[in-house]
Amino acid sequence: MIEYRSVGKTYGDGTTAVEDFSLVIPSRSTTVLVGSSGCGKTTLLRMVNRMVDATAGQVLIDDVDVATREPVALRRSIGYVMQQAGLLPHRTVIDNVATPLRLARVSRGEARKRALEALERVGLDAGLARRYPGQLSGGQQQRVGVARGLVADPNILLMDEPFGAVDPIVRADLQHQMVELQQELGKTIVFVTHDIEEAFLLGDQVVILRKGGIVSQVGTPAEILASPADDFVRSFVGLDKGHRKLRIEEVEGQQVVVDEQGRATGVLAP
Amino acid sequence: MTWVKANADRLVELTWQHLWLSVVPVVIGFLLALPLGWWASRYHRFRAPALTLGGVLYSLPSLPLLVIIPGIIGTSFLDPINVAITLTLYAVALLVRTVADAFGQVSAEVLDAASASGYSRWQRAFGVELPLAGPAMLAGIRVASVSTVSLVTVGALIGVSNLGSLFTEGFQRYFTTEIIVGMVLVVSLALVLDGCWVLVGRMLLPWARGRTA
Repeated sequence: MIEYRSVGKTYGDGTTAVEDFSLVIPSRSTTVLVGSSGCGKTTLLRMVNRMVDATAGQVLIDDVDVATREPVALRRSIGYVMQQAGLLPHRTVIDNVATPLRLARVSRGEARKRALEALERVGLDAGLARRYPGQLSGGQQQRVGVARGLVADPNILLMDEPFGAVDPIVRADLQHQMVELQQELGKTIVFVTHDIEEAFLLGDQVVILRKGGIVSQVGTPAEILASPADDFVRSFVGLDKGHRKLRIEEVEGQQVVVDEQGRATGVLAP
Repeated sequence: MTWVKANADRLVELTWQHLWLSVVPVVIGFLLALPLGWWASRYHRFRAPALTLGGVLYSLPSLPLLVIIPGIIGTSFLDPINVAITLTLYAVALLVRTVADAFGQVSAEVLDAASASGYSRWQRAFGVELPLAGPAMLAGIRVASVSTVSLVTVGALIGVSNLGSLFTEGFQRYFTTEIIVGMVLVVSLALVLDGCWVLVGRMLLPWARGRTA
């Protein structure tokens, strides 16, 4: 369990990224922080592994304040997947994936073996293992990033817009794979995105943020859609645009789901 | 050609002398410039002073330096060490800027990702920053290497024998062949050394192939 208690972050120059943020993130589920750029979501994410230190309040992991943990050791115990994958360009794919294990002093042979398993788990061919990141496509690099985040089998996985920079088809593919991986692995995932569709697809708990890390609403995707807290949330999740307002029409004996403009989006399962 | 054959032994000896006078200053110069340049790139207030010092050092004329150094460190005027020290200073001067720029252009995102994966400060400096600065540093070393090979010839003026001696002798005796042979050997040496650096780069920086350098 990760808990934010009245967390704030004010930088040295006086700008406030996060004002007063509290949230409980249950274990073995995915929590998505979603909001426009500048809402402080990445800052909040990076407080978990002390890439950013809070200037007010506390962040606790299983009731231990992260401020009391040594940052390097803390980071090694938490998986981190970032936008643009953040791979080391001078290390081969397999060495990139093995990095967290090598830093934890796992022997080279063992680290490579587990790295290969992690590559396989994210659907990458072992033939890519000896290549350098620059020789891979954006989607492949992102998979390598996920494999690196998972290789040391951390309880917590932090993901900072990991699929933001790949094309929509590859992104959909990566998102669905993430759902499958999570069903299998059951990690505590904190996921940051500005894409509400992605948030609803991946999140067990979705947190909609406004500028300054102010929480507009917390809930399951269904709860948020069913009762949006205010106009900001209603507009943010697209309830004001019509494609979320669905109704059923009878066509040739089938119940067809259509949106406000009458465009068909699917059929109702019997 | 007959002159070359008759003097083959001496030419080989001069080439060897020239070789070590070129390689040693570049290697030592690089090893000194490495921490200085890293420091300059990391702590911005040291950047300007360090780079200015490098520029001033490089602008010092070599001949007077070759005369002053024995006075400072107490070596004999003919000692090749004087040449080696002078050229080391030039190499440092040239390379501090290159090293600082090389570290400066390492992607901040990659460094951030390395920290987030749990690299400690020192592991990151040696395991990520140093190799990623490698290609740009190698490019600088290649420039320093070629320029040092040609600067070594100045040493001949104060009597430290190297391939430059062929120029001084050739001028004194109005013997063009000797000058031309000297030039060919100096240029060849510069090219061969450059090729060696490229090979070193391929070995140490296999990932950078076809990117920079």
